Amino acid sequence: MGKKITLTVDGKQISVSAGMNVVDAAKEAGIEIPVFCHHPKMDPVGMCRMCLVEIGRPVRDRATGEFVMEDGKPKIQFMPKLETACTNKAEDGMVVVTQSPRVKDAQRGTVEFLLTSHPLDCPVCDKGGECPLQDLTMKYGPGKSRFDLSQKQHFEKALPLGELIYLDRERCIFCARCVRFQDEIAGEAVLAFDDRNRLTHIISESEPGFNSVFSGNTTDICPVGALTTTDFRFGARPWEMQAESSICMQCPVGCNITFNTRREAGSDGEIVIKRVMPRQNEEVNEIWLCDKGRFSTHHYAEGKERLTKPMLRKEDKLVRASWDNALKAAGEAFNANKKDFVVLASGRLSNEDLFNLKSLADTVGGETILYSDMGGGELTQLVGVGAGTNLSELGAGDAILVFASDLYEEAPIWHLRVKQAAERGATVIVAAGRQTKLDRFAKHVIRYAYGDELKTISDLAKGGAEIADEFAAAKNAVVFYGSDGLGVNGTSAVAAACADLLKETNHIGGPNNGLIGVWQRANDQGAFEIGFRPTEDLAKALKGKAVYIVGADPVGDDPNYAKALKGAKFVAVQELRESATTDIADVVFPAQAFVERDGSVTSGERRIQRFYATLPVKGDAKPDYAITALLAKQMGVILQSASASVVFEILAHSIEAFNELTYDSLAEVKEQWPIVGRDDMYYGGTTYANKKGMGVQLIPAAQAGGAVKIQKMRKEAALRPKADEVLAVPVNKLYDLGVTVKSAGILDERIGELKISVNSATAKKLDAEAGQIVKISFEGAQGEGVVKIDDSVAAGVALIPRSMGVAIHEPIIARAQIKTGGKAK
Amino acid sequence: MSLEQKYPEEVKKILAKYPSDFKRSAIMPLLFLAQREEGFVTKEAIKDIAQLADVTETEVVSIIGFYTLYHDKKEGKYRMQVCTDLPCALRGADQFLDKLCENLGIKVGETTEDGVVTLESVQCLASCDRAPMFQTQGPDGIKYHDYMTVDRTMELIEALKGKG
Amino acid sequence: MAHILLRHRDIPDIDKLSVYKKNGGFAAYKNAVTKMKPNEVADVVKNSGLRGRGGAGFPTGMKWSFADKNSWPHYIIANGDESEPGTFKDREIMENNPFQFLEGLATGAYATGSNTAYIYLRGEFWQVAEFLDGKIAEMEEAGYLGEKIFGTDFSLRIYTHLGAGAYICGEETALLESLEGRRGQPRVRPPFPPSEGLYGKPTIINNVETFTNVPMILANGADWYKSMGTADSAGVKIFSLSGRVRKPGNYELPFGTTFRQLIYEHGMGVQDGRPIKSIMPAGASSSVIVVDEKVLDTPLDYASVRTFGSELGSASIIVLDDTVEMNWVINKTVHFFKHESCGKCTPCREGTHWMRYLTERIELGDATSADVDLLLNVAKQMQGKCLCALGEFSTMAVVTSIERFADDFKKAVKA
Ligand SMILES: Cc1cc2nc3c(=O)[nH]c(=O)nc-3n(C[C@H](O)[C@H](O)[C@H](O)COP(=O)(O)O)c2cc1C
Ligand code: SF4
Ligand code: FES
Repeated sequence: MGKKITLTVDGKQISVSAGMNVVDAAKEAGIEIPVFCHHPKMDPVGMCRMCLVEIGRPVRDRATGEFVMEDGKPKIQFMPKLETACTNKAEDGMVVVTQSPRVKDAQRGTVEFLLTSHPLDCPVCDKGGECPLQDLTMKYGPGKSRFDLSQKQHFEKALPLGELIYLDRERCIFCARCVRFQDEIAGEAVLAFDDRNRLTHIISESEPGFNSVFSGNTTDICPVGALTTTDFRFGARPWEMQAESSICMQCPVGCNITFNTRREAGSDGEIVIKRVMPRQNEEVNEIWLCDKGRFSTHHYAEGKERLTKPMLRKEDKLVRASWDNALKAAGEAFNANKKDFVVLASGRLSNEDLFNLKSLADTVGGETILYSDMGGGELTQLVGVGAGTNLSELGAGDAILVFASDLYEEAPIWHLRVKQAAERGATVIVAAGRQTKLDRFAKHVIRYAYGDELKTISDLAKGGAEIADEFAAAKNAVVFYGSDGLGVNGTSAVAAACADLLKETNHIGGPNNGLIGVWQRANDQGAFEIGFRPTEDLAKALKGKAVYIVGADPVGDDPNYAKALKGAKFVAVQELRESATTDIADVVFPAQAFVERDGSVTSGERRIQRFYATLPVKGDAKPDYAITALLAKQMGVILQSASASVVFEILAHSIEAFNELTYDSLAEVKEQWPIVGRDDMYYGGTTYANKKGMGVQLIPAAQAGGAVKIQKMRKEAALRPKADEVLAVPVNKLYDLGVTVKSAGILDERIGELKISVNSATAKKLDAEAGQIVKISFEGAQGEGVVKIDDSVAAGVALIPRSMGVAIHEPIIARAQIKTGGKAK
Repeated sequence: MSLEQKYPEEVKKILAKYPSDFKRSAIMPLLFLAQREEGFVTKEAIKDIAQLADVTETEVVSIIGFYTLYHDKKEGKYRMQVCTDLPCALRGADQFLDKLCENLGIKVGETTEDGVVTLESVQCLASCDRAPMFQTQGPDGIKYHDYMTVDRTMELIEALKGKG
Repeated sequence: MAHILLRHRDIPDIDKLSVYKKNGGFAAYKNAVTKMKPNEVADVVKNSGLRGRGGAGFPTGMKWSFADKNSWPHYIIANGDESEPGTFKDREIMENNPFQFLEGLATGAYATGSNTAYIYLRGEFWQVAEFLDGKIAEMEEAGYLGEKIFGTDFSLRIYTHLGAGAYICGEETALLESLEGRRGQPRVRPPFPPSEGLYGKPTIINNVETFTNVPMILANGADWYKSMGTADSAGVKIFSLSGRVRKPGNYELPFGTTFRQLIYEHGMGVQDGRPIKSIMPAGASSSVIVVDEKVLDTPLDYASVRTFGSELGSASIIVLDDTVEMNWVINKTVHFFKHESCGKCTPCREGTHWMRYLTERIELGDATSADVDLLLNVAKQMQGKCLCALGEFSTMAVVTSIERFADDFKKAVKA
């Protein structure tokens, strides 16, 4: 915090940081100045005029600059007109009056003006009950409008701006919060005002409508019911709902969320999640969420395909079984094959689940494998960002390198925060094999040929060039690395090279310095901490083994894995929902969804955060850690499972990095700015305050003072396709066919079809046009997609999004063939 | 054909007026350019301009909406925009416009059957001393017609119809 | 007396470069650029007492000296939006005496350290823009614009930029938004343009007429200029005279000329010889003046007009005779402001709409006296609360008409 200044608001002396505006300053002192257009996260615009107050400033002597005194007090001069508190900065000696008759008159007038074009349809409005206009009308408005109500403007109700957001033109009060959010914060100006004067209205001309992964946030900050989400429209009244804290499980950012739930007849009297709301954590997601998190996070935990009973294979068919029988069957099979016992688990699981799995495997001498295409987690343990990291603190003089990752697609909130760091002056360097959305905000964009990743990093490490020197000289530096165009080997090598770069340039061991993995799943980092590692050749690792698969669908994902599992000795699958993998299992254990139980996850920034049981348990499902303990018992191993907190306690004792942590420390909250989530939704929006924990960041070895030795990775020869081949490269797509997204339904249009991107030259070589269907085939896998021309892609390369139907894990030489006659719609 | 392909010289000249990192300033002149032939800005032109100025299409549409001289729909080839603001009205502009409507058989805001003239009533055009007056907005830009009478206006309309 | 601004009325073909030059054109500019420091130029303008002709009457030389010297580059902009109903002077200058205006702008650019100047023209001035573009090209050719002007290090480019039909773009910060390719909505101030204007850089904005004064002031000296006009309003002004006068038009006269002289001597009196009921001295934004003999003998300058509870503004004098009903007048002005409200701030957007509903009701004879009271109240509820002056302007004629011509409204409403 910078310099402090002192001013008087309604007779109360308050001290605030210089540069704050009067609304925020008063807020900090607990004095409410009503606002509509001002939002503490955005630049003030002074449009709505709700915040008009009287402002007096001390008169200064022209010559000396000192205050002119009068009766022993500084002489205060008031302006003849009221002033907007949102656009005026608090100044030393300023006197603000927010309660005079003049001010109240102005407030009454502003509310009356606003209501002349408002339909007052509160009884049917989704915002009713948490509506700033409603609240401020009650508090500051006139009892009655003098406007001839028959003269109100009417517009077609509820226009879809896209599939996710509806616009009700009549309700809009023109505060421009949504427009400004999209422009200033999201950096995607896909909303704007059309027309002018009282005909002004919101439009979106993007294709598809309101094309931004941050669109849901506008409904939180809209001070009326003009913008509402498709999934919550007419869903429930705010006051009927309960709120429970959780963590979004869609990506490694670990956004803090609140589930709003309600017991309802429409769901057979069950309690259901009605919507997902952001929960403030200024160090993680501030007060925002991406649409993937908001619209799909909970759906996969619901639905018909949920497993509620254990199942056992009998005469080639899966039949219902008791827990005892199922556990016994699996226990016996695994006991008989201890040497070949393999645990395959994913980062969809909690720390506690993964810990019990690891303990079991270790005790019986089995193997653990992380179900992921991405390696390098042991390096983030070593040189990950230091405890105390907050991306909001990065700015001028700092550097952020984003390597082989499209943050917009893989971890949208990181994209948003890196973009903001760039706007604060941080040097953002984006290095990737193709164009990404972050490019336009980056100071430097490095475009390498897929295969040249290590060379690119070593050039950065060498110094001498402008970008390399700027990175080296940065006060703080963070590197994000991801799996764009890379598999397990490639990412591991890149992680090592990035770690080395950070070490060589002295950017490890402190807050706001270090390495962050842009993982494919929410708790991959936790899995690494606990000792899970991905493997280069999963098919090989599974073949002929006795496999315990938890939280993964290898059969559905890749025909090679399916084939390998067919040759397995035994397969036990622990899952939420039916899948291709449960179909081939010998035993199926129904697991509880994260919304039904407690637990903790570790974000990419190595922040351990807790989630809380929100919904009642479905059927006989049990938490993963408990099922593992029961299975362990069958195998003669005793594991704790009384509760998630008990498991966590043992975990914290067993793993050094976790040593000081307890469930209580994870649940601690700090005071945060801006203040949101009280009775003041007019101020910050409907974001929830954080009452259940901001989490704790692990201390990386480099920060703990340990020796940092980074193994040099051997460089593999880059793959170069022959004339009739392409280099098929996996990239990540936000809305994919993964079960966590697909099950939401409303995102189907955004998931779309598989698009395979090539540049014009490659397209020409393939004799392909945009929109045609191309067949891609390589060792054991194949698929079809629609040709998309993207000239930011290198020649000879075809980009294939992961989890869209083609089982691609790493770059691979493939054949591409245009299907004749097959032209997509 | 894109706007740039169609008018390479004009586009270059327009972009040269503004600093290269503030291309957005070129939106307004580009819109006038795009409107030249059809009398309104087509969807394709909106795309082109968004690209040239490095903004979204939504932003371009939003600018078209704000300013009255941009149009997103086809109307008459010439828009005849009669000033009926206070100073002109004090000199008979309203009666002048009424008479024109009568002669043309259309109401304000409507277009003659042959699609040549759309009659509009607009705000002050800075020609208050020369009322009644109007401007025509057409393929050849915007032209003022000062000190008008109904007869002379009808002659002008005949001439425009001849051109069309 | 020979014209200072509307010199084309005395000198034929002054819009030709050779003619303009022969009549002393560009000498002051050359002298300034080659022999004076920028702040010396600003000082001469300051001493001349020249005040902005765009409406607010802010001292021009002082404004020039505000351009923030710690932030570069600087921009200078000529405001040729000319959209106030009743104003039509800048158009006459630009169409007929373009070089004097451009010379003034170029001199201003030198004085403020600007190497780029824009002329913001209302979109309807399409032909004016084409015409000026040609004149600018001639000046470049002749070495008055471009690089290393007169062999010095000073360089300057002038560009025209057309608006597209929005009165609000005459407001200087809305103008900046528009020039930046955005919707023309006013910005919050401070920061003021001289510290943060176009593209966030220091920017000086003056009216076309303001600039056109500059070459003559530099050529003849501050004292010469100050010798004309009155103490608080130095020099000459172009009065745009319109409404019910026999000879409407622009009249360039020294400040201090009386209403009577302007209307009866120059404007040849009122149509049909009727008496004057009211005068709107600042176009549609005026507070209406109740006219009597004393008013007619009042000098036209900023201070004197204020004594009638009005403002001179850009001196667009609209004359209303006794046949004009004030309820009709405000229905026209409110319609204008409702149409031109940018929609950004609540009181103006909603207030103009509400007022128009009421003025129309009154106009159609559907209103009662309660509607008139409500209208007055709504107008006052807007006052002092809008983001920019447009909202305020929209209420001036409404409030003063109801208060000063109550009879008109009594007659207009149902009993
Ligand atoms: C609503 C509104 C409209 C305006 N229109 C014009 C205009 O058309 N021309 C103009 O020169 N100034 C106009 N102004 C004044 C400008 O904001 C600005 O004060 C002026 O251009 C400064 O130039 P000056 O100092 O030479 O007068 C307008 C102001 C407002 C509030
Ligand atoms: S007063 Fe408000 S709405 Fe009116 S023009 Fe100014 S900013 Fe726009
Ligand atoms: S004007 Fe200050 S909050 Fe809207």
